[in-house]
Amino acid sequence: MLVQFIHRAVMQGIPLLYGSTGEIITEKSGNLNLGIPGIMYVGGISGVIGAFLYENSLADKSQANAFLAIFIPLIACLLGSLIMGLIYSFLTTTLRANQNVTGLALTTFGIGFGNFFGGSLIKITNSAVPSITLTVTSSFYSKTLPFASKLGWFGDVFLRYSFLAYFAIITAIVVTLILNRTRIGLSLRAVGENPATADAAGINVNKYKYLATCIGSMIAGLGGLYYVMDYATGIWSNNAFGDRGWLAIALVIFTVWRPNLSIFGSILFGGLYIVHNYLNDIVPNMTMSKQEIIKIAPYLVTIIVLIIVSARKKRENLPPASLGLSYFREER
Amino acid sequence: MANPAIELKGITKAFGHIIANENVDLTVFRGEILAILGENGSGKTTLMNMISGIYYPDEGHIFIDGKEVNISSPKDALDLKIGMIHQHFKLVDVFNATENIVLGLDEGKFDIKASARKIQETCDRYGFEIDVNKKIYEMSVSEKQTVEIVKALYKGADILILDEPTAVLTPQETQKLFNVLRKMREDGKSIIIITHKLHEVLEISDRVSVLRKGKYIGTINTAEANESILTEMMVGEKISLDIERSEPKDTTDRLIVKGVDLYNKEGVQVLKDISFTAKSGEILGIAGISGSGQRELLESIAGLQKISGGEILYNNPKTNETENLKDKTPMQIRNLGVRLSFVPEDRLGMGLVGNMDIIDNMMLRSYRKGKSVFVERKQPKALAEKIIEDLQVVTPDAKTPVRRLSGGNVQKVLVGREIAASPTVLMAAYPVRGLDINSSYMIYNLLNEQKENGVAVIFVGEDLDVLIELCDRILVVCGGRVTGIVNGREAKKEELGLLMTKGNAKGGKSDE
Repeated sequence: MLVQFIHRAVMQGIPLLYGSTGEIITEKSGNLNLGIPGIMYVGGISGVIGAFLYENSLADKSQANAFLAIFIPLIACLLGSLIMGLIYSFLTTTLRANQNVTGLALTTFGIGFGNFFGGSLIKITNSAVPSITLTVTSSFYSKTLPFASKLGWFGDVFLRYSFLAYFAIITAIVVTLILNRTRIGLSLRAVGENPATADAAGINVNKYKYLATCIGSMIAGLGGLYYVMDYATGIWSNNAFGDRGWLAIALVIFTVWRPNLSIFGSILFGGLYIVHNYLNDIVPNMTMSKQEIIKIAPYLVTIIVLIIVSARKKRENLPPASLGLSYFREER
Repeated sequence: MANPAIELKGITKAFGHIIANENVDLTVFRGEILAILGENGSGKTTLMNMISGIYYPDEGHIFIDGKEVNISSPKDALDLKIGMIHQHFKLVDVFNATENIVLGLDEGKFDIKASARKIQETCDRYGFEIDVNKKIYEMSVSEKQTVEIVKALYKGADILILDEPTAVLTPQETQKLFNVLRKMREDGKSIIIITHKLHEVLEISDRVSVLRKGKYIGTINTAEANESILTEMMVGEKISLDIERSEPKDTTDRLIVKGVDLYNKEGVQVLKDISFTAKSGEILGIAGISGSGQRELLESIAGLQKISGGEILYNNPKTNETENLKDKTPMQIRNLGVRLSFVPEDRLGMGLVGNMDIIDNMMLRSYRKGKSVFVERKQPKALAEKIIEDLQVVTPDAKTPVRRLSGGNVQKVLVGREIAASPTVLMAAYPVRGLDINSSYMIYNLLNEQKENGVAVIFVGEDLDVLIELCDRILVVCGGRVTGIVNGREAKKEELGLLMTKGNAKGGKSDE
């Protein structure tokens, strides 16, 4: 059962890992994008729309092309979340709107957008249940290595995941390396810490902010896609994504802005998110209210981390110094 | 000398209706140190910011090595080998020295260790002492400045601009800096150093260019200059302003400041043994280069800063008792009638809330009044309307957010509110900064009126002409010390200028 729990925890964690990696890149540029929940939602529904259109264009669904079945939803997802990132960047970087307000508006918008199209698709299919099922696409997205299930617990814990799960971990590692070991990473961190300094050093602050926010949004959007296509086995129902977007933002703080820590953090959060299901067997009388209390655990540990980090005041662990602030050169 | 390294012709820059630089010419040669001298607000930093690409000139031309150039961003400046060391360091705190220095540079493969070695070589060549792996937030101010200079040199700067580099340094650190600058001059670099300290100009520079109120006054060889010539160039001829000034009457000692010491957050002493007396029925002016401790002094009196030594005594006219303000809270001090109408650098910062209307801003002082659960709105409304009428505040109505008013009107609202509390001590810092002539005179009249009502007025100003015509006595501060108290009716501009600039090095004894 423990193996099963770890396996599920990792699958829970992957969307959070995408979300937090995307948000870390964004925040390193000084943009506090609270639109991440909405962006992940849009990423999910965009993938669903892409998959829906592809599946419906086929006469015989068993003839689906593996490449197209993966490629079309993937591109749709990236495009959807890119547009969200662009809206955020345009409003906050070009027009210098308040970042918190913009982000929250995007979250509301993204969830509304997702539910509208989700509802529309459900209506088109005349489905008996309020959900859309994309089994064909999902079957491609959730493919695992054929020999993984034969390797016992080792295979279950480490190998029995789909390609998007491994891609999330690779992304987190690559982003860590870029942030810490490359010139681009140095410049990006400088933009988030002190844009005036970066500007004086000849770095194009707006370009970095745009790129970081848009790339971050696209990575976060993949979290939504993974959730629908693999975790939820291709079944979209409105609001099923839940508060995973906020968990991703909490994870950013929990891992003190480090994507490599986020790999473990996301699994921990994923585990805490579903642990109540497994406690039924150990603790008798798990009532609904007890389950809900356990569900707050991820937020609780985030608050504890915040308290510890703030109390210790180690400068490297604090958020980027100009996080949430707009930059304008000729200010006087 | 050879070709000029950099030449400015007819540079003009305005911010809104305030002209920061007007038709300025400037020439710097290779292998020389040029000092740019001027009072605060004379446009030195603005001018340099245009060379380093922070601002773009409205009019005029810049030539580098005889060729006209267009500097529209800091990167352009860098490409032209111009490096500027700003007064506020442009460093990322959580990076170490090396990371800060290579930031934004493109030198092929990214290898921080190789860069660190190269930086070390640069340091050894000019005799800088820094640890290239030390984080900026662990560094002292002097170390940070060194990093800035090394950064500029490492990026290949031939023209180095230093904006008031000594303002934050101890005398020993200053000497170290000067040695480095001399080495760089021998290396054929052009160095521009902005300062308002005369003795430093005379010590380090080859030539001096003087700016006054945004205008270019002239350039002389340092060898031919002395303190009085430079002071005269800096402060200019006396201009008559015809500000009314009545004789003080019934003066009594209201506020006695004795030996006040104050340290700021960084542990630097900003006020050193300040002593003076403010009398009722007179205006005491405070003159000094900005940042010489004026703000801290007023805040100490108002109870906003905890002084470490000395005492501030207040003779209460109601009870005829002497009270020590040192141990009182700002609220208690306010209730005694000591009023601070502070106009900080950003004008709205400390006195008014920009998004609130005039009535609400009046209520910031009266919200504690009354016993009802709800705040009293009638009196503040009446007061707001009275101020608008009496001081001719130009506003659509009393409900307009203060932020939307022009600078002069904002200041009228602020000063008006503080005066309405019928203070016994009124402190006004830079109340006419950025105001047009009429609004300025309105403020002068207000202060005079208060003086005639027996209020002890303390006026911190920057324009020497105004100080001389408005104030009964003028206290001069320099580097946190009192360097002299002169009679406003007999004061000479040159005398004030010298007192304002000399204190730091020579310890404030005045020469006759």
